[in-house]
Amino acid sequence: MPKTLIIDGQTIEVDDGITLLQACEQAGVEIPRFCYHERLSIAGNCRMCLVEVVGMPKPQASCALGVNDLPPNRDGTPKVISTRSPMVKKAREGVMEFLLINHPLDCPICDQGGECDLQDQSMAYGGGGTRYSEAKRAVEEKHLGPLIKTAMNRCIHCTRCVRFMTEVAGVEELGAIGRGEDMEITTYLEKGLHSEMSANVADLCPVGALTHRPWAHNARPWEMRKTESIDVMDAIGSAIRVDVRGREVLRILPRVNDAVNEEWISDKSRHVVDGLRTQRLDRPYVRVDGRLRPATWDEAFGAIAARVASAAPGRIGAIAGDLAGAEEMFALKDLLGRLGVTSLDCRQDGSRVDPAAGRAGYLFNSTIEGIDQADAILLVGTNPRLEAAVLNARIRRRWRQGGLVVGAIGARADINYGVEWIGDRPSALADVVSGKHVFAKVLAAAKRPLVIVGSGALARADGASVLGLAAQLASQLAEGKDGYNPLSILQAAASRVGGLDLGFVPGKGGRDLAGMLGGDMDVVFLLGADEIDMKRLGAAFIVYQGTHGDAGAHRADVILPGAAYTEKSATYVNTEGRVQMTQKAAFPPGEAKEDWAIIRALSAKLGHALPYDTVGALRAAMYVAAPHLARIDATPATGAADLAGIARLAGSVLDAPFAPVIGDFYMTNPIARASAVMAELSALKAGRSRAQAAE
Amino acid sequence: MAVRRLHPDQPATFAFTAENLAWAENRIAQYPPGKQASAVIPLLWKAQEQEGWTTEPAIRAVADMLGMAYIRVYEIATFYTMFQLSPVGRKAHFQVCGTTPCMLRGSEGLMDVCRARVHHDPHHLSADGDFSWEEVECIGACANAPVVQIGKDVWEDLTPEGFGKVIDAFADGKPPTPGSQTGRTASSPAGGATTLTDPALYDGAKAGGWQRQFAEREAAAAEAAAKAAAAPPKA
Repeated sequence: MPKTLIIDGQTIEVDDGITLLQACEQAGVEIPRFCYHERLSIAGNCRMCLVEVVGMPKPQASCALGVNDLPPNRDGTPKVISTRSPMVKKAREGVMEFLLINHPLDCPICDQGGECDLQDQSMAYGGGGTRYSEAKRAVEEKHLGPLIKTAMNRCIHCTRCVRFMTEVAGVEELGAIGRGEDMEITTYLEKGLHSEMSANVADLCPVGALTHRPWAHNARPWEMRKTESIDVMDAIGSAIRVDVRGREVLRILPRVNDAVNEEWISDKSRHVVDGLRTQRLDRPYVRVDGRLRPATWDEAFGAIAARVASAAPGRIGAIAGDLAGAEEMFALKDLLGRLGVTSLDCRQDGSRVDPAAGRAGYLFNSTIEGIDQADAILLVGTNPRLEAAVLNARIRRRWRQGGLVVGAIGARADINYGVEWIGDRPSALADVVSGKHVFAKVLAAAKRPLVIVGSGALARADGASVLGLAAQLASQLAEGKDGYNPLSILQAAASRVGGLDLGFVPGKGGRDLAGMLGGDMDVVFLLGADEIDMKRLGAAFIVYQGTHGDAGAHRADVILPGAAYTEKSATYVNTEGRVQMTQKAAFPPGEAKEDWAIIRALSAKLGHALPYDTVGALRAAMYVAAPHLARIDATPATGAADLAGIARLAGSVLDAPFAPVIGDFYMTNPIARASAVMAELSALKAGRSRAQAAE
Repeated sequence: MAVRRLHPDQPATFAFTAENLAWAENRIAQYPPGKQASAVIPLLWKAQEQEGWTTEPAIRAVADMLGMAYIRVYEIATFYTMFQLSPVGRKAHFQVCGTTPCMLRGSEGLMDVCRARVHHDPHHLSADGDFSWEEVECIGACANAPVVQIGKDVWEDLTPEGFGKVIDAFADGKPPTPGSQTGRTASSPAGGATTLTDPALYDGAKAGGWQRQFAEREAAAAEAAAKAAAAPPKA
């Protein structure tokens, strides 16, 4: 039942159950706040959101006052709320004065300056001066790990950080000790934060108490050019904003996208920034006499052309890595197709997913937002906390609301919410499919069950069978649910769905990844593929096109320097099939070029010039081949009907436990491996697990 | 009040005694399933009773028993000043009330005694480790100010000399009777009663006179009945 309120003279109908602050926002009135945050529980402790409710003697904290607690007046007229009365002005000035009593006036040296809620709101709502002349309190700095720099004198005790870590990140490590004036935010014995999402607390901090240590004193917010883009560190495709000064990417911040990442990103997505600067390939190289020698583009292309000319198409192959955009994969596939090459693979993890079985076989069909309605989840061979930290936070939030049961098959891990471990190998999945395991009943009783299959479960010799079993389970569960498809594949690589959509897999007579790693290829083209066993490439002539001097570049015979995801506009399809595009925020270093342009230039040298000279023309051709890629931000629906074909893949399974997909969360791709911050986090985590093992 | 921190020197381990463990489990069982965390304050309090102060291993042990994060129990232990975060004296920990009534009646003098005899600063052990002291907020015995709480009892009506004797007695292991140290009962007037001293108040001469009306009424009724019986019936 909608409620009628009069806010600042404006009569407005608002939904039942919302808070007065939200009602004011719906009326278009801005309410200052520090502790209130849409995605966290309500604390009501900063008192900045005070408003006047006519009839109530004191100002009311609007963030903690429900509109249901504002019944109409006795004569039936709606409650009148004023946010501009002298009472409210005085109350806000008073609150601001109290907040500033212990807040140091160090804005000129504070990293939050320019994007500080306290700074902005004291300008807008504060009084002109201070009446406080006593000494301010001093608080010791706290150690919160390598990502968070603290200046605890500045803390205003909004407890957003505490609530974030407890509620969203699921790691109860931050807390407020002491009381009153002596209250301090800290961790237990200052052991630092142990979460993949901890850096979000610095975004949440409305003042400069928690700032990003890796970016400390780098730049002011107004100096940076801001580009809205997409993250590629995992297959979720979180919305990010890339801040650049000059040619250098200085920081990456989350953007709001309720359908994907809400407003959080993982620490890897955020602090991989320094990896974009180091170990970069900034010019072509050609291996001469066993040593890589800097070369010009022409020399590099010439070396490739010479070698390709003498190789049979059957002994040429290409492997696309985890960060490749759809454009370059399309161009490379197109070029190789013109050469008669059919040995292609974008599944460098060895996944058995086959696009021929339909998109439903490799997508997170229930969509990420679908998690919000889930009431039973089965995790198969996946640790979403590492494979998709942001998605895991969504499952955790759903779990905290109650009424969600999570079962898991795979390697035991701390996933941040209550999980019932069913088994560690495919036979446990078979038991659930056949109804032998009791969890089958839980799933069958659920209105919106989800079967989340990790990419690791499919990157096994019996991967297709595991996928088939999961599809069998999903089609059982889908019965009578209006075509709802519970099968959800959680990919771990940003490029994977795009590659599968484009059919970057072996064509007729072509070899797959294992075949190309057989050691008898003549030429292998690595499109940013670093996570394969380079030794198994044998004596092949390796063309490595990528961004970093990682495993692929070390093995390469010709290196073509490409652009990282912040340096090009490229299409990525996330694990739920959502088509998104990165934007060019900076230029590639040195002579490096955008990847599709490199392939276009190479195609001319190879005598099979690709018929597109602009990225627009390339995309037009790509959209003909894969029309759904043109629908940016859409998630093409797949239905339960798509499951039947996949379910037929089920066969015998191996009696081997599912292995974790991600060994080291902070080291999953060449950019992360080049980052000093990621290296530090990785070392800290390794040290911790060693200490735990020793106990 | 000052910033409360854990003591730098902590024991290696903590474990409840068998008796306390049984008590703690009983206490936890009093809360509905899933609400065990509600028992955190009683358990911390029991741990402090056992150890004398709240140690860091005790915080962890209580957190583990209740399935709570360490930081959550740490928050509680630092929030409530009744949890002693540093070691206390073997024989006594003096909690001198410093709130207004006690201050007006000379609690500063008592704290001076503590400074002289125990340690210059609160929350520090005396040289022999027998005593420690701190200033606390109102103990709730203002009528008998100034007061000092030791353990669960309160010693009242103290003077610096009288407090000195209490300390001596604790040092000898023979604590004096708690309560007023000037001999009065509870908070009755220090020099004996000064009002309501007239004995007539209590014999019915002044107070309680109203009760006589019942006797008078009864007597009048009996007389009337006797008269009616004596009079000859009308013909």
